[in-house]
Amino acid sequence: MSRIATRSLETAGHRPASRHIREWATAAPFVALPIIGLVVFVGYPVVASLGFSLTRWNLLGPPEFVGLDNYAKLAGSPMFLQVLGNTVTYLVLYVPLAVALPLLLAVALNQHLRFRSLYRAVFFLPVVTSTVAIALIWSFIYNPDYGPLNQALAAIGVDGPRWLADPAWAMPAIVIMSVWKVAGYNMVIYLAGLQAIPSEYYEVASLDGASALQRLRYLTVPLVSPTMFFVLIISIISSFQVFESTYMLTQGGPLNSTTTLGLWVYQQAFRYSNMGYASAIAWVLFLLTLAFTLMQLRLQRRWVNYE
Amino acid sequence: MNAAVIAGCVIMAVPFAWMLFGSLKPTSELYSVPPTFIPTVWRPENYAALLERVPFAQYVFNSFEIAILVVVGQLISCSLAAFAFARLRFKGRDVLFVLLLAAIMVPAQVLVIPQFVLFRQLGWLNTHLPLIVPGFFGGAFGIFLLRQYFMTIPQELDDAARLDGASALRIYWHICLPLSKPALAALAVFIFMGNWNDLLGPVIYLTDYAKMTLTVGLAYLQGQYVTDWSVVLAGGVVSVVPILLIFIIAQRHFVEGMVISGLRR
Repeated sequence: MSRIATRSLETAGHRPASRHIREWATAAPFVALPIIGLVVFVGYPVVASLGFSLTRWNLLGPPEFVGLDNYAKLAGSPMFLQVLGNTVTYLVLYVPLAVALPLLLAVALNQHLRFRSLYRAVFFLPVVTSTVAIALIWSFIYNPDYGPLNQALAAIGVDGPRWLADPAWAMPAIVIMSVWKVAGYNMVIYLAGLQAIPSEYYEVASLDGASALQRLRYLTVPLVSPTMFFVLIISIISSFQVFESTYMLTQGGPLNSTTTLGLWVYQQAFRYSNMGYASAIAWVLFLLTLAFTLMQLRLQRRWVNYE
Repeated sequence: MNAAVIAGCVIMAVPFAWMLFGSLKPTSELYSVPPTFIPTVWRPENYAALLERVPFAQYVFNSFEIAILVVVGQLISCSLAAFAFARLRFKGRDVLFVLLLAAIMVPAQVLVIPQFVLFRQLGWLNTHLPLIVPGFFGGAFGIFLLRQYFMTIPQELDDAARLDGASALRIYWHICLPLSKPALAALAVFIFMGNWNDLLGPVIYLTDYAKMTLTVGLAYLQGQYVTDWSVVLAGGVVSVVPILLIFIIAQRHFVEGMVISGLRR
């Protein structure tokens, strides 16, 4: 009796441990590469960049510890305020357009089945194309003197702005290009959400005399709200990280009016070799992204329906 | 509704047509008032000029080399990991999976500076290694996408194979991978596109012209030959054609990939 008891105690204590080892021996070859990747290319950089942000370092000598100086310098910097303002301007213009326009496109596209895959392919052209190639096209479209946009405006008697050369218009111009590029991607995400809505809902609503606008407001929007929330979050995150479009179209100009946080990190680190300062900016960017995302997670309860 | 969709399509497609036609015009015609859409003078020599002025063929080769190697690396490393997360049981599995996904939340701007420092210490600056090697160590997007797909493969297939004495690696190789071709194709298309179009990595790591990819090459071409815009546009067309071909061939996989990874989030 006592021998049996001892044995069962032993199994309780030892067998799971050996089982863990056996299970890990099986799993290790499968997960080794991503674990190394996670440690070397994500874990270490996150810790290191926080460390760098507490130093002054131009890559030549060893980093010099300066405590929170970089953050204090940021807080008192007019350039930081301007960059933050630029980023918020981008976000405020970009997010509503990137969330709403693709939804309308998806609703329109969802209704006719005939050429849907052809239309979808056309809307996907800008999505699969590099921002570099797209910026080549748009920098010419926006050319104030010879660009087709201002020539078209002139034809209808409007004196077009100088777009990328005008501090007031450069950011809106960048946003227009970005929305044009992302529309097809967000539209396909919405289409997947829309296809989960039973068509009977719309038939009933139509019988009850709901107009197209009412169906959109009271039926479509609540039913795709989880998808909308997803699109909203990825749009906010991408706004904080804008780099390619501003790098290609304006390099942050004119008069720093399009220097966004994402571009500023690049400039400070790789143009001026201020590795510590750049890391501090990157962390501010990271924390702002987290704060905005958490805020949206809070707010979602008010408008997102999960069935 | 119909009119809105067609108008949208025109807005999406016309800039591309404009680039194509622009690349076949003399530069002077690009600046004509009123503008022309279809060239009045055809100048296909713009494409030959590309090869004379910059190592353009080399850019194309470099872009292909990097994108293809990263696709191979991601397919191997992500499918292995996805199999473990979908099919194996081991302590800490779910924590590890959440940690891998959480990595998506960290902005590239936070990671890029220490990564640059790391690759500098390894002496990898101005080589393609910083752009290729990380691809062989998995990625949250690929692992998530493939795991979601592996979960849909009936467990009974594994169980039968296991009864026959098959090891986990054999089940991965002979059952999971052959049944997951659509998801693997979707991932390959996504990864190829992301790397072919990437700008930040090549801008930071590559300094020699001969080592540059199409994206940086084009960015510099734009800076260098502002006077010869139609040649720059020809470069743009060359950079877009491969990705469009891949997209047209693999469109179905592309959309499937978005649905697999998006719907079950």
